[in-house]
Amino acid sequence: MTLFDKFLRIRELGIFSIIVVFVIVAAIIDPRFMTLDSWRAVFLAIPLILVMAMGQMMVIICRHVDISIGSILAFSAIVIGLLYIQFPGLSLWLSLIITAFVGLVMGLINGFIVTRFNVHSIIVTLGTLSLYRGLVFIVSGGRQIDRNDIPEHVVSFSQTSFLFSIPGILIFSAIIVVITHLVMRHSVLGREIYATGSNPVAAHLKGINVTKVTLFCFGICGMLAGVAGLFYASRFGYVNPGVTGVGIEFIVIAGVIIGGTSITGGSGSVLGTFLGILLLGIINVALPVLNIPGEFQKAIYGLIIVVALALDQLIIYRMKKLSGGINA
Amino acid sequence: MLKTISIYLSENPTLRYWIVRPEWVAVILLIISIISSIQLSPFFADLAFIMDSATPYVEYGLIAIILTLIIISGEIDLSIASMIALTAVIFGTAYNAGLGMPISMLIALFSGTLCGLFNGILVTQLQIPSIILTIGTLTLYRGIAQSLASDFSLGGYPSWFIGIDYRYIGIVPIPVIIFTVFAIVVGFFLSSTIYGKQLYLIGTNPQTAKYSGIKVNRIKLLLFTLSGLVCGIAGVLTTSRLAVARFNMATGAELEIVLMVMLGGTYIFGGRGNIFGTFVAFWIVVILRAGLNVARIKIESQLTILGAMLIIAIILTNYIYSKSQK
Repeated sequence: MTLFDKFLRIRELGIFSIIVVFVIVAAIIDPRFMTLDSWRAVFLAIPLILVMAMGQMMVIICRHVDISIGSILAFSAIVIGLLYIQFPGLSLWLSLIITAFVGLVMGLINGFIVTRFNVHSIIVTLGTLSLYRGLVFIVSGGRQIDRNDIPEHVVSFSQTSFLFSIPGILIFSAIIVVITHLVMRHSVLGREIYATGSNPVAAHLKGINVTKVTLFCFGICGMLAGVAGLFYASRFGYVNPGVTGVGIEFIVIAGVIIGGTSITGGSGSVLGTFLGILLLGIINVALPVLNIPGEFQKAIYGLIIVVALALDQLIIYRMKKLSGGINA
Repeated sequence: MLKTISIYLSENPTLRYWIVRPEWVAVILLIISIISSIQLSPFFADLAFIMDSATPYVEYGLIAIILTLIIISGEIDLSIASMIALTAVIFGTAYNAGLGMPISMLIALFSGTLCGLFNGILVTQLQIPSIILTIGTLTLYRGIAQSLASDFSLGGYPSWFIGIDYRYIGIVPIPVIIFTVFAIVVGFFLSSTIYGKQLYLIGTNPQTAKYSGIKVNRIKLLLFTLSGLVCGIAGVLTTSRLAVARFNMATGAELEIVLMVMLGGTYIFGGRGNIFGTFVAFWIVVILRAGLNVARIKIESQLTILGAMLIIAIILTNYIYSKSQK
């Protein structure tokens, strides 16, 4: 086995070295990139996406993709925004529970349709993507939730906290990441998700309830997207039915895939996903510093997805060759 | 009575093959939607009105027909809407750079073909599942369009180019004629040529198709390239209709295009479906959209209905095929 093969086998190492190289290059081109402000911007940009990516990673490991999360985010953000107009004193914990519940229900609907009717999840969630987005407009009547509708204690959640005034959403998303890691690595359920993704038929024969595991993944994915809705309202201070969360699913999927999660299911890690999202966050902040117009961002993200998919396929091809299995 | 019918059908497989087909669902839906629309507003009895409401969807219809072929062969292309926007933006950029109309059109079609070819190569050579790859290229192509056009509307076309939807032959707008002719040609190709039959075999079982000597990869590559080309045509048509090209045009069009194919009874896992179904489903979407507009339901709220219809269409099609397969 050559060194290159070994390198490819540790997927997180690959993405980590890309991040290091990117940061060094960016810092050489413009030293402004290494200021505290830039990094604060990076770490304020990622919690929202990171939380959604944890759920999406579970779904992708389970061999599905959920592209409706942007609309779920918008729906839960609109619901919580409308509640704030009625009850400005709504506590943060209660809003967390409400948004999580709203997201959970929508995710479970996705999961139910996928498991019950055995249709490819991308097509189903393409349908629910529009369905939920339409619901956002119906519930809100097309009206935006303004800055002054969102109470002060919610806005401050994304600005400061009791702990060294690190923004609350950062701490909260870190907790979610750690919990996800523990579940995926050290719980029976987590291992069942990996087993289901690697080979659903074998998992079923092994006695794993594939339907339940898939439903769980979609439910958690929706729930985290719902929580991200609260983060959105807190971070940006407004919720617009036509803008909030549009296209965010592709950023999340890009992050998960470049983090080394295989789209054919069964492999991927929380660390890799975190690094993938971190890279996207760094790119997001580095573009203006490097004098690249913001219009290029989407093209760069798209290119990253395609390159990551191609690399993933090459890795699978090499693995098969190394293991002497199927000669592709 | 239902029971006697089902027993009778199970004794006559040929009859069952012809009656238990998802296309009939599309036809029934079309009749229902026409009747309910006429109840809603007498304008729907006017054929010219329906023809006029059809023109904005012709671009989607053209692509839906090619997408039907792709889905029958077991793949899918979700980057279609982005390719419309990209080719339109490239067309606008080329024209505004002073390249003249014919060359700009050629460049638009060529760039569409190239986008499709790129999808096709990655799907056939690297074996990336097309459903996830085209999610990636969806972002990529839309991003390139945005990088090219920024937030500007590229306009300033000569007057003969603008407004193809206002040219008529009789009461039929020219785009509708293009769509119908295209549907008939592709329908004939799919149902009556050996290449059409090969598509069905590829979708049913690619392994068998390969061992039967069908050049699976080459045909799939061709289909993806064709999809790109048709998206290029659709991009130019859309620019002609709107008189401008923007990077965010046809946003979310993949929903409507996939909906047309799915309503038409094409099986999502490949191997079944036909152009007739897609053609009928095109008119369902047209009448539905026009009806919802007449009923003054907001464009955004209509998304709910379209999304729900997509899911119902898939479930229904799967159900019918599972019945007719027995």
